[in-house]
Amino acid sequence: MKILNFTLMPYRPMDIAASKQHRSAWVVLPNTFYDPELGAHEYESYIDLLAESETLGFDGVCVNEHHQTAYGLMPAPNLIASALIQRTKRIRIAILGRALPLVGNPIHIAEEFAMLDNMSRGRIIAGFVRGIGAEYHSTAVNPFYSHERFHEAHDLIVKAWTTPGPFPWEGEHYNLNYVNLWPRVYQQPHPPVWVPSQGSIETIEWAADPSRRYPFLVTFSAREAVVRNLTAYRDQCRQFGYEADPGQLGWAAPVYVADTEEKAQNEARVAIEALFNDFLTLPPEMLLPPGYTSAQSLKKIIATKKAIGRGGFGPGNASRQTLERLMELGTVLVGTPKTVLAQIEKVREQTQLGNFVAMLQFGTLNNELTRRNQAMFASEVMPHLQAL
Amino acid sequence: MMNVENRFCQVSGVKVHLRQGGQGRPLLFLHGAGGVMGWSPFFEHLAKGAQVWAPDHPGFGRSDDPGWIKHMPDLAMFYLDFLDQLAPEHGVDVVGHSIGGWLAAEIAVRNSRHVRSLTLMSSAGLRVPGTPMGDIFIWNDEETARHLVFDPAMRAARLAAQPSDEEADVLVRNKFSFAKLAWHPRLFNPDLQKWLHRIQMPTQVIWGDHDGLFPLAYAHHWHQQLPGSSLNIVPDCGHSPINEKPAETAALIHAFIARDAA
Repeated sequence: MKILNFTLMPYRPMDIAASKQHRSAWVVLPNTFYDPELGAHEYESYIDLLAESETLGFDGVCVNEHHQTAYGLMPAPNLIASALIQRTKRIRIAILGRALPLVGNPIHIAEEFAMLDNMSRGRIIAGFVRGIGAEYHSTAVNPFYSHERFHEAHDLIVKAWTTPGPFPWEGEHYNLNYVNLWPRVYQQPHPPVWVPSQGSIETIEWAADPSRRYPFLVTFSAREAVVRNLTAYRDQCRQFGYEADPGQLGWAAPVYVADTEEKAQNEARVAIEALFNDFLTLPPEMLLPPGYTSAQSLKKIIATKKAIGRGGFGPGNASRQTLERLMELGTVLVGTPKTVLAQIEKVREQTQLGNFVAMLQFGTLNNELTRRNQAMFASEVMPHLQAL
Repeated sequence: MMNVENRFCQVSGVKVHLRQGGQGRPLLFLHGAGGVMGWSPFFEHLAKGAQVWAPDHPGFGRSDDPGWIKHMPDLAMFYLDFLDQLAPEHGVDVVGHSIGGWLAAEIAVRNSRHVRSLTLMSSAGLRVPGTPMGDIFIWNDEETARHLVFDPAMRAARLAAQPSDEEADVLVRNKFSFAKLAWHPRLFNPDLQKWLHRIQMPTQVIWGDHDGLFPLAYAHHWHQQLPGSSLNIVPDCGHSPINEKPAETAALIHAFIARDAA
């Protein structure tokens, strides 16, 4: 298995109690909560922590894109990727991913990835995502056209990477007379494309298509959903007439290890609960703007509201997710190296997954605990997985 | 309850669901983002003095959803086809509510041949710089009710409403089509204002005094942009005069049309 280290780069100094006066840590949380001096320190810390992954033996590091939120400080993940390229020599740098529909001209994304690919001599992995619902509020891009724009932008970027330019692009959302990338991509035919997703059948079908075979990475999901989605991907590949390579299947989850179960839970609890309850606060109107998801999914939400008899998930409505509950669901892996390893191995046995993305910094977890977590995971869990 | 005819007609390859009822001059009602959820008291009142036509816009209610209608100008062009095909010789009085008002204005600036008069109610379509409109896409149900409905009892009733399975399908369709037309630029067309001088037919603007989506400044802006228009502010009323003050609103429309007829 390949093991990658990932952080969302949350803004840890956030005044969480005060932030609760706002409906979300996304879109509407005033940026006066951000202190540039403390923030600069955050960037420095996070880049240091990720850069250490190389000497610890990881196969790669991951960054990702989120906008206008304390949940993650990487609206431009390629800037962090660029810094990490300079700090590492061997490992993969995965940008998981860029949100294609959110930009006016996808060629900018094709160009930036091509630059990173050259600068790293072929070490980048290009993640393609749609961005989450809240980002259609913060960027004003119409969610109704999210899927269409994603697919057209993808087709345009891959063609720009693989077809000699200049050529014209005559599309529905993008129209360009000259597509002619300078630089060309370093990896041939193009950098690996990964599709991180929480899993919809349409995404799985699209990623597994024999013409693409894009690795599918299940993020932030309960164990049962991870197994279900990876199995669906594998089944989809079989329907297409081929067997999925383990490298096509991935899982990303928060992980914390310590000498004893109790110590691991005590050290991870506050940070994990902050991630799920304070940074990941998204009322459905933000999470699922019309068109971002299918009509059926939106109808289900309306039906759920009806069933539970409330008109929304505003502040104070949602019940807190506890560490125990998240562990029970298998959304987070917290324990001794032995028990955490056993949990990952179990999912691997069920799914044959070949990529595991460990989120070893999460929520408010400080540098010291993150460093200890990374080191222990790298020395006591990772070698067993890499040997599989 | 008067006799209401529900029928489907075919316009430019699109199947449109149309409700018709009442006696008098033909009146085309262009609904807002919520669609037409039935022959409401407003239509009952309105139909006492007009022959009311209330279609579901393509993408809303029970009408088709053709992929080629991509934005409000497309929808306006579709309705020009609709009017060419169905409007009687002397045209129709057009009444539009919210995005239906926006649509009515987009139709009228393009071609007013079939438009005898124009009533814009709580209308989207323009932006008043410095006066933000409400963000209806980010509000939850409670906030939406609070911003759109003035009367507390009607607000509570709206929140307590339990849509049937069929109604839930329509609500979701309407919501998707609403986003398609109005998400960005949010609830307005930056190009509309510069063409408003083409609206020469009698025009009135109707607005609830407590509209939490488009504050009253929007009513005055429309009124100023349409010289010769009349302005009626409905007291103790939110974004939907048709729901909160159905009799008064229908009476305003009747009086306006009667003035035109005289």
